[in-house]
Amino acid sequence: MQTPSSACDTCPVHTEMARLGAVTTGVDAVVALAGNPNTGKSTLFNAVTGLRQHTGNWPGKTVTRAEGAFQFGTRRYKLVDLPGTYSLLSASQDEEVARNFLLFGRPDCTVVVMDASAIERNLYLALQVLEITDRVVVAVNLIDEASRRGIEVDVRSLARDLGVPVVPIVARTGENLMALLTAVAGVASGETRTTPLRTAGTADFERAVQELLPMIEAVAPGLPNARWVAIRLLDGDAAVEVALTSGELAALVARQQQPDRRFSDRLALQGAQ
Amino acid sequence: MSEPAPSPAPVAVSPPQVLAEAARLRRTLAGGFREEVVSSIYAEVERVSRRAVRTIGTSGTDLDQRIDHIVTSRWLGLPLMVLLLAVVFWLTITGANVPSAMLADALFAVEDWAAALSASIGVPGWLVGFVWHGVFRGLAWVISVMLPPMAIFFPLFTLLEDLGYLPRVAFNLDFLFRRAGAHGKQALTMAMGFGCNAAGVIATRIIDSPRERLVAILTNNFVPCNGRFPTLILLATVFVASAFPPAVASLVAAGSVVAIVLLGVAFTLVVSWLLSRTVLKGEASAFTLELPPYRRPGVLRILYTSLIDRTIFVLWRAMQTAAPAGAVIWVLANVSVGDQSLAQVVAAGLQPLGRLMGLDGVILLAYIIAIPANEIVVPTMMMVYMAEGMMIDVPSVDALRALLVNQHGWTLLTAVNLMLFSLLHNPCATTVMTIYRETLSAKWAAVGALLPLGLAVVVTMATAAFARLVWGV
Repeated sequence: MQTPSSACDTCPVHTEMARLGAVTTGVDAVVALAGNPNTGKSTLFNAVTGLRQHTGNWPGKTVTRAEGAFQFGTRRYKLVDLPGTYSLLSASQDEEVARNFLLFGRPDCTVVVMDASAIERNLYLALQVLEITDRVVVAVNLIDEASRRGIEVDVRSLARDLGVPVVPIVARTGENLMALLTAVAGVASGETRTTPLRTAGTADFERAVQELLPMIEAVAPGLPNARWVAIRLLDGDAAVEVALTSGELAALVARQQQPDRRFSDRLALQGAQ
Repeated sequence: MSEPAPSPAPVAVSPPQVLAEAARLRRTLAGGFREEVVSSIYAEVERVSRRAVRTIGTSGTDLDQRIDHIVTSRWLGLPLMVLLLAVVFWLTITGANVPSAMLADALFAVEDWAAALSASIGVPGWLVGFVWHGVFRGLAWVISVMLPPMAIFFPLFTLLEDLGYLPRVAFNLDFLFRRAGAHGKQALTMAMGFGCNAAGVIATRIIDSPRERLVAILTNNFVPCNGRFPTLILLATVFVASAFPPAVASLVAAGSVVAIVLLGVAFTLVVSWLLSRTVLKGEASAFTLELPPYRRPGVLRILYTSLIDRTIFVLWRAMQTAAPAGAVIWVLANVSVGDQSLAQVVAAGLQPLGRLMGLDGVILLAYIIAIPANEIVVPTMMMVYMAEGMMIDVPSVDALRALLVNQHGWTLLTAVNLMLFSLLHNPCATTVMTIYRETLSAKWAAVGALLPLGLAVVVTMATAAFARLVWGV
């Protein structure tokens, strides 16, 4: 038997985690949960916050933004559970809730939750998220289920390729949760430097984006992810054009700082039954 | 058309200028540049996942596929679904009978005891009546009628949900919804409606197209929510099943609830079809739906979700509306106009319309009082009947039947039409509010409330006329 050494103090297992439930005031950082539908975001949310957001085995169950909080080490975090989405370009309203928060909610860290059995399909969203923010941690969930099906995910290879921390977890049993939160804490505080994989467009495309960027920033000062807006405008996205001219974009950005109040709290918590 | 200089950050830029500049830059780019970006993302995705994922065997998926082969098969899919539904209702009905009666006995004993005690310590008679025979009785009815069925139905429903059965339901029903011009995911929002129509309306956010989403919102009311299930179960037990030998009574009761639910699904499809052909014209859009792997449900979590989040939540809401409803009924029954109580006057006024719909004035009065929450329709009805001065002591099934048939002239037509009316009538106030919040349109909220109500009146009038014509009921 070895005697405990000082290394224990910095070991993730030793760091204390506290579930703070629905009290989201006085937090130090905001963490968002993104991912494809039915990858276990709400299960992870419940495991970390101690809340009882409704979970179920079908895609499309979460349609509103749910917020909870947890403490890890000395810092308090707000955790935002988002509806599942396959892409950041989608149009249905639940997916819009997710997209708007990821783009304009200024999360300090975005956790992309992936289903270990469907890495390829889940990577499409992960790459899109990596294009708009550096502060990403990838959680490969349901690894138990994947290994039962004979699927093995090399998280180190994923981490190397994506340029962000990748942590395998089982949200249902809470396996490896501490390691995930350690990675989240590092990225949220900026201690962990990430080098996100970006799919480079053509040189012409990049030049056009760079020309448009300052103009957008002049029209909408302080807009997070002006780059994404520039790309959408170059693409001729009518919805984004309207949002920019009507000033709706600014309202949208402001709204991301407010809890999702369009529904009674209890109905939202109860979720779609 | 102003053409601003391409130099970065002019002092004052207006949004239209930004759009013009974006359009100009777009023209400088080769067509289809976005497709290039997308295909480069896909190439990257493939490269990364090929390096990170290793597949050793294909165990595990085989069983899922074999199950899906049966559960979503063309010929067996739908019958299996109906059978599953029937089993769930049968378990609910047979399981809920005894605890319901026990709860009712206990709570009404408390009412009598507390009323006597209050009277003996000198509490004025009107206050005793108002509190114990009004408010408390309303609560007692709601708890004894609703709690046991919900405590059985919700865990079963949550079990199916956790298992992964719901997407299979959507898969099986897709072809029907497509033919109705509606979205296949409407089957999922419909399934949510069984729990609560307000939640079902919110769930329609998963539908991309605004037109199909509106169709799903407006028709969600046609599946009975758990607030209306007790009404249906009670009527099925008291009227339909009691005409059969006891051995098969619960099967018959479950069967008639299933029949009503299927009728509700049929109305959903027909009304969706009508809406898609008239005010909400359009074709059904294609969509992808993942069939997730079957997962072993967590028993503790199911119990927590279904009992605390669902049962207690719904019961609490029902109690909040039942208490004031009980008070209103007590006042209606005890305030007299001439030699009649207010309840009798109002019920008499509604009687002609009620008769036309194969119901009666008291039932309509109960529905009006119960607008805030459908859960309390049956309790309200019982209270109004009893408040008319014909008290019965034990609210057992036989006593109830005796009360309704012998003293209030109920027939099989009354029971059938009440089930139909309960299935179709307007959604509760919470659901109407939710429709308004989701559509941000008073017009659609009004349509959402009045369309089912109109349909309910027309359908019940038609069955009543038909029954009177054919059987001379």
